[in-house]
Amino acid sequence: MRVSACCLAMWITGVAVPSHSGGALSAQGFDDHRYTTTDIENGSRLYTAECALCHGSNGDEVDGVNLRTGQFRRGSSDDAIRAVVASGVGGGRMPAFDLSEEELNGLVAFIRAGFDPGGVAVRIGDAEAGRALFAGGGDCASCHRVNGAGPLTAPDLSDIGAIRTPAALQRVLLDPDGSLIPINRPIRAVTRSGETVEGRRLNEDTYSVQLIDSHGRLRSLIKADLVEYEVSQQATMRPTTLSSEQVAEVIGYLMTLQGVR
Amino acid sequence: MKAPAWTGVAVTLLICAAPLTAQVSYEQILNAADTPENWLTYNGGYSSQRYSSLTQVMPANVAELESKWMLQDHVFGAWQSNPIVADGIMYITQRPNDIMAVDAVTGSVFWQYRHTNDDEARVCCGANNRGVAILDDRVFMGALDATLLAVDRTNGKLLWETSLADPALGYSITMAPLVVKDKVLVGVGGGEFGIRGFVAAFDAATGEEVYRFYTIPGPGEPGHDSWEGDDWEHGGAPVWITGSFDPDLNLTYWGVGNPGPDWNPGQRPGDNLYSDAVVALDADTGELKWHFQFTPNDGYDYDAVQVPLLVDTDWNGEARKLMLWANRNGYFYVLDRITGEFLSGTPFVKVNWSSGLDDNGRPIPTPQPEGMPTWPGNQGGTNWYPPAYSPRTGLFYFAAWEDYSTIYAPEESEYIPGRMYLGGGFSVNTPAPGAPAIGIGRDTPINTWTDAVGHGTVMAMDPHTGEPVWKYDQFDVSDSGMLTTESNLLFTGGREGHFHALDARTGELLWKTSLGGQIVMAPITFMVDGKQYVSVISGHALVTFGLRD
Repeated sequence: MRVSACCLAMWITGVAVPSHSGGALSAQGFDDHRYTTTDIENGSRLYTAECALCHGSNGDEVDGVNLRTGQFRRGSSDDAIRAVVASGVGGGRMPAFDLSEEELNGLVAFIRAGFDPGGVAVRIGDAEAGRALFAGGGDCASCHRVNGAGPLTAPDLSDIGAIRTPAALQRVLLDPDGSLIPINRPIRAVTRSGETVEGRRLNEDTYSVQLIDSHGRLRSLIKADLVEYEVSQQATMRPTTLSSEQVAEVIGYLMTLQGVR
Repeated sequence: MKAPAWTGVAVTLLICAAPLTAQVSYEQILNAADTPENWLTYNGGYSSQRYSSLTQVMPANVAELESKWMLQDHVFGAWQSNPIVADGIMYITQRPNDIMAVDAVTGSVFWQYRHTNDDEARVCCGANNRGVAILDDRVFMGALDATLLAVDRTNGKLLWETSLADPALGYSITMAPLVVKDKVLVGVGGGEFGIRGFVAAFDAATGEEVYRFYTIPGPGEPGHDSWEGDDWEHGGAPVWITGSFDPDLNLTYWGVGNPGPDWNPGQRPGDNLYSDAVVALDADTGELKWHFQFTPNDGYDYDAVQVPLLVDTDWNGEARKLMLWANRNGYFYVLDRITGEFLSGTPFVKVNWSSGLDDNGRPIPTPQPEGMPTWPGNQGGTNWYPPAYSPRTGLFYFAAWEDYSTIYAPEESEYIPGRMYLGGGFSVNTPAPGAPAIGIGRDTPINTWTDAVGHGTVMAMDPHTGEPVWKYDQFDVSDSGMLTTESNLLFTGGREGHFHALDARTGELLWKTSLGGQIVMAPITFMVDGKQYVSVISGHALVTFGLRD
């Protein structure tokens, strides 16, 4: 079922929350300082021009570093990030960038905003109400697992609040097919011995595919041993039928899931 | 203790004789095909065919290959280096600028030389080095801080060191140098920093500069009018992949990289010569003989840094000296390498930045509307990964990226010394917002981007038709180069870490093994004591294979 036009209109006109109100509103939380929307936008442009070539548009292309989700090698405070950008890393690994204070602030703000300049404008509802919906009316817990409890059919959401922005979570709730990350696509395979295996893809290469099957078992299939192999473009999850208020509450709950760090 | 007098004489003779016989002369490199037990240049010889006449390993026994030894590097990051082998000794670099001399039969290391880079060194895309060159008793390496150096082949001691340019301005060397006669030739990287690119030649004995060819013509030189105002001063055009040499024509050939700023062609009107071109230079003087530009006024970072592959073969019933070139811009070209004449050009992947080539090989531009994807994407239909050519099959083998596109976002850029000079940015077209995209390299064992954003294929191109005779599809993309042999084997890898041997005639998979780390170099083959070996680097391991004893 598709979300109705009336519902969509409500999302678009939803209350925009100013970014500097801080805390749970951003993917990261503003650890040290608070930044303005202008900082984040400036940082976004600077990031694209100066950083994206090595760090990638998602900030995860340097080994051991994920800027978007806050995984760093050399200290994670705002000042530590500024220091690395300004001084570089020796041996040709990362050049020093001669940036103004304002530019440095922008970069840190963009990193802290989870690389999503527009993401802060998503409405965040009451997390407790969201928790109830997750287990009940929202029908999330029948597929998703959180903190070791629940089924393995769909991705584990224990740290989803740390790795996705509110805007990205809203997109998934409203349009699961259009926002399904390709590696998570459902697959169906029939082995030479006649067994049908269905599940969620975990990894794939030229000769094999790894998945978690509908019984929660980790399976690795050799493609040469399959007589049928299909990757579905459609997510198992359907667009939510919750109201806009309820979706905001579910997002509020999901943002509290920060993993064990 | 008494020893017979003759023992001492014999020992002395042996010690003296060994280094002399092991020297690598220019004549030996010139005739590299006659000593297939060695792998004497980055691409195995001056024509850069990466074709070996060793036939001990063949389709019938390739499945009996087993790992003989492994050398682990001790540095993080992509290992793009290409070994060379001379008389049973392998010379290999590891990041950022270490050279090792290795026993090619056991993997034991004789010596290591470590170059400490200037703190000002900066590179766009990783602290890469792609290997060394050798001449006589000297081994040559370019470094990230734009230094070219020579060490003694026998002990790794530094012989000379020459600084080519200011590393603080973004000049660097990542390619393996090319030795021609008594000179060492090398080019500089830095196309993302607003450098002015060049190829230069140095006296192999002293490191003294003999000539320098700027890949952007200065005021008064032909081609200068392909730039406006002072755009040429920071127009990029780096040379970061080893060139080729035709001794009969006395010409060296070099692929030139992108103009700067990368993604904003409107900011640098004109063709921007000799960016994205191949240049043919006199080997003794560096004088330009001809050029052919693949992508004038490029806005997509389509560096023409592919290896110029030289082939003498029939073309429409006539024996010709050809150059075969699968370009990052998605077209496969055949050029006459005496004159640079364009003979043919055909797209080998989806191309929408251009609707085709005119009679002179100049592309007809079809820029895409803002926000719309351009095929091929930023990393290109292929890139710097060395191709191979087999005179036996007549096929040209290379790694292509299919179904991969990029959305470009040009912006006005100001040149600031030492800072990136990119002219905006780009994003890889993905099927879902925020979904992982293919990057410059691979740093995770899990393929989270999947074939939804593109996949790799090994393409066996018939140069006469511009059509692939066969393709071998891979799930992930590949930055692996090619190696082919007279026994009709084709060795290659990819980001998945599989090392494959295909039948060079049909593309049939004959043997594979999973090495578990990305293969971002080209395999080589050599022979010691009558046994053929194949070496490849996957992740942090250099693995050498041989047939089961």
